[in-house]
Amino acid sequence: MPQMIIDTANHIAGYAAKAARVKVVAAYPITPQTTVVEKIASFVESGEMDAEYIRVESEHSAMVACVGASATGVRTFTATSAHGLALMHEALHWASGSRLPIVMAVVNRAMGAPWSIWPDLSDSLSQRDTGWIQFYCADNQEVFDTIIQAYKLCEDERVFLPAMVCLEGFILSHTYAPAKIPEQEKIDDFLQPYKSGWILDIDRPLSHSNLVSPEWYMEFRFMIQEAMENAKKLIPEIDKEYGKRFGFEYGGLVEKYQCEDADLIILTMGTMASDAKIAVNRMRKGGLKVGSARVRVFRPFPVEEVGRLAEHAQMLVTIDRHVSFGMEGFLATETKASLFNQKDLPLVAGFLAGLGGRDVTSETIEKIAKKSLGWMRAGKVEKETEWVDLKE
Amino acid sequence: MSVIPKTRKEMPLTPLSSPTVGAMGKTGSWRTFRPEVYYSKCTRCTLCWVYCPDAAIMRQEDDSPQIDYDYCKGCGICANECPVKAITMKREEE
Repeated sequence: MPQMIIDTANHIAGYAAKAARVKVVAAYPITPQTTVVEKIASFVESGEMDAEYIRVESEHSAMVACVGASATGVRTFTATSAHGLALMHEALHWASGSRLPIVMAVVNRAMGAPWSIWPDLSDSLSQRDTGWIQFYCADNQEVFDTIIQAYKLCEDERVFLPAMVCLEGFILSHTYAPAKIPEQEKIDDFLQPYKSGWILDIDRPLSHSNLVSPEWYMEFRFMIQEAMENAKKLIPEIDKEYGKRFGFEYGGLVEKYQCEDADLIILTMGTMASDAKIAVNRMRKGGLKVGSARVRVFRPFPVEEVGRLAEHAQMLVTIDRHVSFGMEGFLATETKASLFNQKDLPLVAGFLAGLGGRDVTSETIEKIAKKSLGWMRAGKVEKETEWVDLKE
Repeated sequence: MSVIPKTRKEMPLTPLSSPTVGAMGKTGSWRTFRPEVYYSKCTRCTLCWVYCPDAAIMRQEDDSPQIDYDYCKGCGICANECPVKAITMKREEE
């Protein structure tokens, strides 16, 4: 029988690491991530989880320890937030460049200064170009399911890349909600033991990821890009297969809600999509043809699927819990980039909301959508980037 | 053994290399300072052999060091570690 539990998303991430039979965890505590690795530490201590738990002096060391462990051919996990992730930055490139399928829970937290412990996506989105796959979750169950799916994906020889499974701090991390933990044998059957592409072995010594001349470097970069393209094809397949076995499916790369006949589609990432669905339901009752699309995977970016959203819709509206200073939110940028070579371009408006943990309710989203509908009817976006609920 | 791929399809996912002698050529030519061992002072403690980052010190049968000048880059770690100052660094032209 599957086990029904009521727990926080952080603890559920710990359950997922246990269910994935992770063999090495190296981590350093940081709010709001800490309870992920505390849960894992308690599993290791009680003997419920057969893993090495490496305590390190910083997040940089945590990631480097994961790189070393993963290179010996074992399944490796870590978790971090905000400044911890920023401190890992250099080592993130070593993980992806060495093609090691490490899975890391990133509990999203706004970057300081000014100091904040509340959620936004600026920490993980700043790591956009590190060669890590990025998933964004909308509820506690999805955190569990995505960690299992991430190992399945990353350890596929067509991919061999690391992945971040991102969940917003406090909104999910410390919030109790029910989740279904499938039977261990069924997870074992879905997620077979990791077979690495190459291995550090003291009997056959080698060094990896060392100096390459300009004659070879570009090809190694191209192969990472190729792996990302492969991931884009595999993510929906894995999600579907997982859904068939365990009953939870998330639309692959983009979770679409009421998009088929929508004039206007609201694009979000993470938990905001749940509020967007409530807003859509309310507006549909009022006769407004609005839909919601949650970008579940940010890298590889689902260019084709986002592009297809514009086949019927006249307008796409992005809501970013993040800003790239001097430009706009990444979701706005990537959405527009996905559309560029199409005929009949829709209107696109970008809104910035919920930075530093400010609440984004279904009412906030409804307000954004109604304002955008006005622009859609007028055929002109009045403001390309708008900060929502900004004090005068 | 080294295999140099000709095409992208032959390339590994990440560059891998097995231990080889002098894959980058004779790196001893990079040296500015040259370690010299005074065997009369040497106590055969083997610390220089342990610390040499380039494995350019051989341990002889009596545990005394023999420096491989083809690959020693002259970093001076051996001289620094030697507890009895049996290794001194000398400028190459001297």
